[in-house]
Amino acid sequence: MENFTPFLSLAGGLILGISATLMLAGGRIAGISGILGGLIPPTLDFARWRILFILGLIGGAALFPVLGGDISFININPYNFSDDVHYAALIVAGLLVGAGTNIGAGCTSGHGVCGIGRLSVRSLVATMTFMVVAALVVFIIRMVTGS
Amino acid sequence: MFNIIATLAGVLFGYGLALSGMVSPGKVVGFLDITGNWDPSLAFVMGGAVGVTFIAFRLLLKRPHPIFGDKFHVPTRQDIDSRLIIGAALFGIGWAVGGLCPGPAISSLAYAEPKILTFVLSMVVGIFGAKILFPASR
Repeated sequence: MENFTPFLSLAGGLILGISATLMLAGGRIAGISGILGGLIPPTLDFARWRILFILGLIGGAALFPVLGGDISFININPYNFSDDVHYAALIVAGLLVGAGTNIGAGCTSGHGVCGIGRLSVRSLVATMTFMVVAALVVFIIRMVTGS
Repeated sequence: MFNIIATLAGVLFGYGLALSGMVSPGKVVGFLDITGNWDPSLAFVMGGAVGVTFIAFRLLLKRPHPIFGDKFHVPTRQDIDSRLIIGAALFGIGWAVGGLCPGPAISSLAYAEPKILTFVLSMVVGIFGAKILFPASR
């Protein structure tokens, strides 16, 4: 547990909750896969708020180090894959995350943060499903790669 | 008005994901790795976020209309169907393999890493593919 960051993570979580509350105050669920999905395929009459929210996401993350936050902890390759394997893994992972969140109508934010907040049974079941499956897959990858 | 709210909410969300550590696949995999060197941080992210939404959503949804909009766009379905389970399971596999879910992946584009861009583009293709191959029957 040497990487445990309870206070920063709790503070970050509270900010996510405030952001989701702002969105619902405007009538919308802060579900990232859904907000992005509404822009695919792109059309001319797209909802501007979707683009603005997504640009905001990137801007907010960019602001973090500017305001003195430390991003050196970021480890994008937790299984120590070689570069070729890592790129292949990220393509497969991206396809699965995109298709899965579209078919299952939500991700960690829409089902996890917002859905559980409004006590939606569907979101609770979805969140438990992707958490359990993900933990199982991590266990298998760790075993196979010995990482 | 809602455009301003959505921009502000996006900035807060991106900052919150960076502060919480969720932008690091290592941290996500560390949380999911319950039999290994477990890092419970993400439970605190979820706890903090749900703690706020649990109370604030209840108060907001009591109103007939949102504060900055004319109607609530909130899912109303209650049934558990196979799309929900299969979709969530596919997402779970991808989340474990890449250590990235949609929010942290898009936010991390800020750090200009080609691997993140590769993931995000694949995710966009995945969404598009699912919409064509497995359209929701609504």
